[in-house]
Amino acid sequence: MSRITACLQNLKQQNKKALIPFITAGDPQLDASVVLMHTLAGNGADIIELGIPFSDPMADGPVIQLADERALENGVTTTHVLNMVKEFRQTNQETPIVLMGYLNPIEAYGYEQFAKDAAEAGVDGLIVVDLPPEAAAEPIKLFDAAGLDTIFLIAPTTSDKRIARIAASGRGYLYYVSLKGVTGAGHLDIDGVNSKLETIRKTTDLPIAVGFGIKDAETARLIGQNADGVVVGSALVKLIAEFQNDREAMLASVSEFTQSLRQGLDQ
Amino acid sequence: MSQNERDFLNTPDELGNFGPYGGRFVSETLMSALDELEEIYNKLSKDPEFQAAFDKDLAHYVGRPSPLYHAERWSKQLGGAQIYLKREDLNHTGAHKVNNTIGQALLAKYTGKRRVIAETGAGQHGVATATVAARLGLECEVFMGSEDVKRQSLNVYRMKLLGAKVNPVTSGTKTLKDAMNEALRDWVTNVDDTFYIIGTVAGPHPYPMLVRDFQCVIGREARSQCQEQTGRLPDALVACVGGGSNAIGLFHPFLSDESVTMYGVEAGGLGLASGQHAAPLCAGRPGVLHGNRTYLMEDGDGQIMHTHSVSAGLDYPGVGPEHSWLKDCGRVNYVAANDDEALSAFRTLTQVEGIMPALESSHALAYAAKLAPTMDKDQIIVVNLSGRGDKDILTVAEIDGISL
Repeated sequence: MSRITACLQNLKQQNKKALIPFITAGDPQLDASVVLMHTLAGNGADIIELGIPFSDPMADGPVIQLADERALENGVTTTHVLNMVKEFRQTNQETPIVLMGYLNPIEAYGYEQFAKDAAEAGVDGLIVVDLPPEAAAEPIKLFDAAGLDTIFLIAPTTSDKRIARIAASGRGYLYYVSLKGVTGAGHLDIDGVNSKLETIRKTTDLPIAVGFGIKDAETARLIGQNADGVVVGSALVKLIAEFQNDREAMLASVSEFTQSLRQGLDQ
Repeated sequence: MSQNERDFLNTPDELGNFGPYGGRFVSETLMSALDELEEIYNKLSKDPEFQAAFDKDLAHYVGRPSPLYHAERWSKQLGGAQIYLKREDLNHTGAHKVNNTIGQALLAKYTGKRRVIAETGAGQHGVATATVAARLGLECEVFMGSEDVKRQSLNVYRMKLLGAKVNPVTSGTKTLKDAMNEALRDWVTNVDDTFYIIGTVAGPHPYPMLVRDFQCVIGREARSQCQEQTGRLPDALVACVGGGSNAIGLFHPFLSDESVTMYGVEAGGLGLASGQHAAPLCAGRPGVLHGNRTYLMEDGDGQIMHTHSVSAGLDYPGVGPEHSWLKDCGRVNYVAANDDEALSAFRTLTQVEGIMPALESSHALAYAAKLAPTMDKDQIIVVNLSGRGDKDILTVAEIDGISL
């Protein structure tokens, strides 16, 4: 059983929801990411999504675009990202790590080599935003062979027929995109999310995490009532940007924010 | 006919693949909209009524057929092959772009969506989109890199006069690729009521196919006009390649004519060796961007690189996937013309033939000027004069140190 599946099963047994924060690797400084990952894990995160920066993040809103730009300015490479996971794993073997990004950096690295190096570094899963299941058959084989869960997105516009297809290709959990829009958009429709989750659950037993537009303890609590996990990205990345020049204040505010999300979910 | 030649004639396949290129690499939110577009297009493209409506608009609104003009004086000066110009610059709105926006606007009308969006580089596609939107009473928003807004201010004002909203894009390199990112972000957000009119033969399937089909009118006309005027097919075709829609439009109807050699001319910028260019087919490698797999300008880590060209319309790090496949098959030769060569061709054509070409098209002219002297006087080159140069007057004046 993968580290992701074990984590989610364990939470389910405790009747708890997964808190899944997202940060961009290499933002605001190269050496900040591992510290931030430990901070997240130490304050209630169950799974960490680590963004691989890309020059053209077409599914992301301005907050994560700017984070990618900062990280690339800092010179972050895919190898750096894998090394961050490796370093994190030296003292944390429990918290699953999911890398999230766009296809081109992975293609440039080479699928087979990437699968091997990511698994060795201690990565557990991958979300590739612009790789729909139709185009993913070959990469999934390589990722499966390396023991990496390929996690797919489902959107409000996804038809029932496609849900079945995506669920069949998905590993670990499904990521439901809560709104039509980019990351960090502000028009979350809780009832709409709940009704779509109901539809998805008719097709699959995979756990479902919900992301895009969840920005505080209250929205996390509301979404957590029906989802198996919530992903919080832009709100966290925005906080990191705000304190980018003061490491101590950044870690303090990230700790506080993560704890508040945890409390929201555990209510 | 070899296996390769058959391979490039019947593309794309059902999944939108041109050999290993093309496809549909987008976020999940857009998949259903693309499925819907593909379904509608497959139906309408076989519908004689739709084709008739398209042809009627091309004739009476765009002013087609565009002339095929024998540039006799210039040919004589060059002392080689006879150069014929396919005058897409004479289309309504001044470039080939309108062929495609007319077609996509008809699709948009059919879907009942009340809003259209577009990305634009030089502004020609933005103007062509704003034009058809005005005519159909559709809301129109155009995304344009803030660098391009500066260097193509005339077109920006044209779009505004036509009733479009122009959104300057300040992320990334602030040029065409970033405009396309922003248009995709808008589309994800407003997918229910918005039709995305992509301006070139790139993007996710079915765009490279349908934009090509709409632009093929260029090559079909050129083929029959050349036969009418000269009694034979041309020996060579030359067109500039940014995303590559004017080039594919000219080339495609000639692909099975083995005697016709084709040249796609990319923007060589300050020279391929300088790294300051926009020539992914000449100096890039395959990758995935904006929904399709194709040749890209990227660094070793898969990050998309900054591009440079004097012409905003060619300043793009990718290229339509069909061009990538035609390159690999060896059917089309891809070459580059530098900024200074294009500027020189711009001046020459203006002074020798009284035709002011767009800086984009000037790249094709620059290569034709090199090619013609290597050919015989009874041979024929057709150059796609994809747009007119009025929009570039400020750029050229600035290079000349003149403030207008």
